[in-house]
Amino acid sequence: MRSIWRTLDVELWRGVLAIALAAAVNGASFGAIAVAAGLPLWVPVAMSVLIFAGGSQYLAVGVVAAGGSPIAAVVGGLVLNARHLPFGLAVGDVVGRSWPARLLGSHLLIDESVAFAMAQKSPERARAAYWACGASLFVAWNTGVFAGALAGRLVADPDALGLDAVFPAVMLALVLPVLREADKLRPAMLGAAIALATTPFLPPGVPVLLALGGLLTVKNARVKNARVKKKEAM
Amino acid sequence: MTIVPILVLALGTFAFRFGGTLMRDRVTMPDRVKELLSTGAVVLLVALVATSALAKGQGFAGWALPAGVAVGGVLAWRKAPFVVVVVAAAATTALLRLAGVA
Repeated sequence: MRSIWRTLDVELWRGVLAIALAAAVNGASFGAIAVAAGLPLWVPVAMSVLIFAGGSQYLAVGVVAAGGSPIAAVVGGLVLNARHLPFGLAVGDVVGRSWPARLLGSHLLIDESVAFAMAQKSPERARAAYWACGASLFVAWNTGVFAGALAGRLVADPDALGLDAVFPAVMLALVLPVLREADKLRPAMLGAAIALATTPFLPPGVPVLLALGGLLTVKNARVKNARVKKKEAM
Repeated sequence: MTIVPILVLALGTFAFRFGGTLMRDRVTMPDRVKELLSTGAVVLLVALVATSALAKGQGFAGWALPAGVAVGGVLAWRKAPFVVVVVAAAATTALLRLAGVA
């Protein structure tokens, strides 16, 4: 942990703390919504500790609150979280090699920790940023959910505070430097277009996965071979 | 909702995360595949930005949200500190909503 403190600069820690604060408020809102939907206190708390993927938690509670079956809630959540597999493939060597590090580090794999790791120049900084972001957001999210579930309806609407703009803005800030490379920009733009075009017609999570079709713009015979291998591996 | 669906969703999600990181460790990949995987992660992140900035559920999110994200994006492009990006994005969206912009 001490090496993480030393490796990361103040600016990066400020960034992590800013999104952790937003995650805490967002978590409080999730906790409050779950309790307001009639679920007992332990449900949002257990979900946040064990699943630790906000989007799928909102989705699952929403499905159940709307009278849907738990099976539909689980399937929808799993589809939404399927992107964690390619994320794990991309940042696997950042997580660490020992079994405890790999088990704990995998649980801290979220969009934000992946984006923070990908934005770093050196492997040491990527590892430090991944753990700093993942651990901070785990603490912030779970604290927020617990507080929100206790406070119930008292929590303000996070949308009125504009907190739903924090997640996309943070992600955008983190990927912008990488997008200056043309071989990343082209597939990313096509992928985003695919995701947006299919969003009105497909269940949540699927459009983002389809965005991987943007990789088709990576032109190279040997890369094409590699893609076939990757598909087999998946 | 009982404990069973929560555990199934938790285990399934962990399997995605752990499976990806383990596969990265166990399978020796040529540099081109590693490059393709990291491009794939960037593609997924940008798709998340696009959908979470423009859509709520399956519909359009309204103008306040993408406007806030755009302000944050421009500030990030101009190398503003991270905290400024976060606060400006949220404040822009919140103020636009306060002013009645959906």
